[in-house]
Formats: sequence, structure tokens, C-alpha cells
Amino acid sequence: MSNEVAILGVGMHPWGKWGKNFVEYGVKAAQDALADAGLDWQDVQFVAGGDTIRNGYPGYVAGATFAQALGWQGAQVASSYGACASGSQAIATARAQILAGLCDVALVVGADTTPKGFFAPTGGGDRSKDPDWLRFRLVGATNPVYFGLWARRRMELFGATEEDFAKVKVKNSRHGAKNPNARYPKAFTMEEVLASPMVSDPLRLLQICATSDGGAALILTSMEFARKHTANPVTIPAVSNVTPKYPNTLIEMPNFSTDSGAGISVPDVPFRPSIAKNAYEQAGLGPEDMDLAEVYDLSSALELDWYEIIGLCKEGEAERLVRDGDTAVGGRIPVNTSGGLGAFGEAIPAQAIAQVCELTWQLRGEAGGRQVEGAKLGITANYGLFGHGSSVIVKR
Amino acid sequence: MSKTPTPAVEGWFTLDRKAPHLLGTRCTSCSNVFFPKETTFCRNPACTGSEFEEVELSRTGRLWSFTNNCYAPPEPYQAADPFEPYAIAAVELEQERMVIMGQVVGGVGVEDLEAGMEMELVLDTLYEDDENEYLVWKWQPSQAAA
Repeated sequence: MSNEVAILGVGMHPWGKWGKNFVEYGVKAAQDALADAGLDWQDVQFVAGGDTIRNGYPGYVAGATFAQALGWQGAQVASSYGACASGSQAIATARAQILAGLCDVALVVGADTTPKGFFAPTGGGDRSKDPDWLRFRLVGATNPVYFGLWARRRMELFGATEEDFAKVKVKNSRHGAKNPNARYPKAFTMEEVLASPMVSDPLRLLQICATSDGGAALILTSMEFARKHTANPVTIPAVSNVTPKYPNTLIEMPNFSTDSGAGISVPDVPFRPSIAKNAYEQAGLGPEDMDLAEVYDLSSALELDWYEIIGLCKEGEAERLVRDGDTAVGGRIPVNTSGGLGAFGEAIPAQAIAQVCELTWQLRGEAGGRQVEGAKLGITANYGLFGHGSSVIVKR
Repeated sequence: MSKTPTPAVEGWFTLDRKAPHLLGTRCTSCSNVFFPKETTFCRNPACTGSEFEEVELSRTGRLWSFTNNCYAPPEPYQAADPFEPYAIAAVELEQERMVIMGQVVGGVGVEDLEAGMEMELVLDTLYEDDENEYLVWKWQPSQAAA
């Protein structure tokens, strides 16, 4: 049995700080995806929305919000929230509906409007039982604090340098400069990156992803439906939304501590690598089969962790990949050809969907100046705060 | 008049100013330790335990990693004005095999820290209001080792 569904259409609203309602971004992305698929909104039988927690009630019920904005037509609906993994959960929901034979055409859509500055807990009041509130209250542990801890750990373990982290940003900014949907279409120099203000040592402002407005959408269909429209569709053979296995021994947002690894066997495969491993196993593929990857560079240092997590190299070897240019367009295994979060900033419920949009354009040969020649297989990887794995394999 | 020392969060640490400990719980069935306290169901998937005893965690450990806040974190953090950057440490407790995050005491910056160094737990002011001095746990390089 095939586990594949087709990506018949993709669409995005450019990332930025537009100050509009998130619904507008999602509708624009959905309309572009429908036009790309050559389908009408009335053809959609299932709507899977990625939720935004920052935009009130319409954000919490994003699936229906977008369905209403596009015009109620009676489609089935679901809404997903998994922090940064919200988009891939929406993809997984739509895919399962299609594979179960419950529908042929699904719209997956996520969009966000974000505040300026650090992400902080939503809502007010004293929430002394909520770890996401407490981490800010007691430690001031912003997201970049966790990124900084992970980055410093790489320096201590593997001898990574500030220059290595800056190289990642420079590479991604060159990719982003060729992407019309990127928020920052500027190719930064090493000097500019290393002269930007320190935020959470060793990470500087230009090495930490911003918070952005944006929207992304996919039209997913059954393979049978897709073949009536195109001879060679881009497909999704795997979606991984794994949770960690106990004990999780890496400190993760929003936690104060790891699980205790005392007196208990620790999983052979830690949480982060298990995300990609599960996707590869579903697809019957491995990292050696991949032509490119879109990974979650919340910080430029974290991109190096991802090289190892998705199996592009062994632990401790990621710095060499970026130093040698392996992960730049034209290199052995280009990573974040879209420009990544460094060039986009994060629009939480849209971001995992946007990763799939980029791979789809790449596999169709429609990525313009950032095109990876002859790309046939790519992987996205990401994870949502608290323990939401997110990885999608895209194939042609 | 001096302010009343008050924990910024109830029941997370002892109020012994000389040698404070973080307070966790241990599952009475499988002995796994939790911080912050788990009090309802054991999180070990192989254990169905639902009874816990309070335990004092080790008050020293090795520095696993560290960073700092060069800018004031947003609320609900109660930032001093003017804001003074401060370091944050993730410290690995050997016996518990657990990494725990906390602020580093004032006056110790990232330039004073190195992974692997021994750190100890102290209590320090998180913020104050008119009546109370709110206390939180912080890490500092071990004085005994220094």
C-alpha cells in the first residue's frame, strides 16, 4: 500500500511585518495554492488549519476561520496546535483523511500575525502552575536563552566557533536574497553578522530568528486524483510527528530541567534524531537519498545541530559541512534553500507548511535563482516547543 | 524595616539561606525523580505509580552549558530598571542525572564561566515589592572549589 499523497498546489503570503489580520495572509496563501493546483475552492472537501495562539478565538479555530473567510461551502474541518509543529500536524491530519479514503482534496493552511520582540506567554495574570509562564517569571528564560544554551554546548563539545554560526547565517541570507517570499532579502556579510548586538551569548541578533507575519498553504490530494491533473506530481511519502521517549535528557523549551536519567535506561535514539528517523523509516529512505533539506534554524547554531539530527553527518561534524560549503546551493546537500528562518523569521503555524512549499518548488524546478539542480527528494525538520516532532519527506 | 523573605514560587526549594536545596519528588514505585515536583502520575511510561515523596536535590553539579540575557526579558519577568544583563546556567546534577536551569548570581558573567566547572545552589532576590523580597534559586561557581 502506498502511503503517499500528492501536493497538487502550494502558495504563500510573503513573510514580513505587515500588521494585518492573520486571516488575510492565510486566505491569500490558500487562493494561490488553489490556483497552483488548478482547482476551485468548492473542490476542497477537507480543511486542516494550523492554529495561532496569539490571534484570539479565530486563531484557536483556524480551520473554520479560513473556511469562513474563503466562503462556507460545507467542507469537513480540523484545527491543530503543536507550537512550531502546528503546520506539520495539519499536514498529517489532511494526509490521514486522504489515505483513509475519506476525502480526495484537502487544503492545509496556517498563518500568523506576531508581536514585536520576544515571544512571551499569551494572556495575563498569575499563572504559577504554567511552566511556560514560570520560565519567564523565575528565570527570564526567553526562547533565545535555550538557543544560547544549545549553541554554547556545541562550542564546548565540538569546538564550534562564532564564525561557524555566522557562516550559517551568511549562507541562508544568500539563499533568502533569491526568494521573493522572504522577509529579509539581503545577503549579509560575516562582518555584519559578527558586529550585530549580542542577545544571548554566544548568539547575536542576526543569528536569532525574528518573529514574522506570513501564511502558507498546500493542496493535498489522493494519488488517483492527482494523476488526473498531472503526470508527475510531487508527493509526501512520510510525515513524522513523534513525541520524545522517556527520559528526555536534553533541556527543551519551556522546561526548567531535563527528565532524570538516573536508574533507568536512556533511549538509544534521543528525541531530536528520532524525529527524522521516523520519517525516513516511513518512506523507506535514508539521509543519503536526500537532495536538500529545510530545517528549523531558530538560531544559526541550531542549524548545525539539525545537520546531525537528520543524518547529513555524524555528531560533531556539522561545522565542517558549513565551512566546506556543502550545505549551500551548489553544494553536496543544500540546506535551507528558502533562506530558512534566518531570512523569514517565524510565523509559527505557517512555518512547517512553508518548508514543504519550498521543497515542492525545488522538486518542480521552479525555485529560480536558488534552484537545486535535479532535486528529487527532500526532508523538512522542525520541532514544536515541549515535544512535538515535525518532519515531512517530499518526493518527485 | 526589612522586607519579608518570600519564595517567588511555593515549594520549589528550601528556605535555608546557607545551604538551600531544590525540592523535587521521587516516585515511590520506580524511584524516578522529578523537578519541578510531579505529584499525580509517574511520568515513567513503564511505571503506574501515583505516590510520591518529597526529595531534596543535590545542591551542586557540573556546568552543562550557559548563556545570558543581554536584553530585559518580557513580562512576567520583573526586570530591574535599569536592566543589568545576567547569566543563565544549565547545571547537571550527577546523582540525579538531570540538567536544571537557573539564573547565575549577579556579578558572575559568561566570561567567568566554563563548561564542567562545579556550581552550587544559592537563594537570591528575584525582585522586591514594598513589603517582600521574593527569593529564587540561582547558581554560582562553587565557593569551596574556588
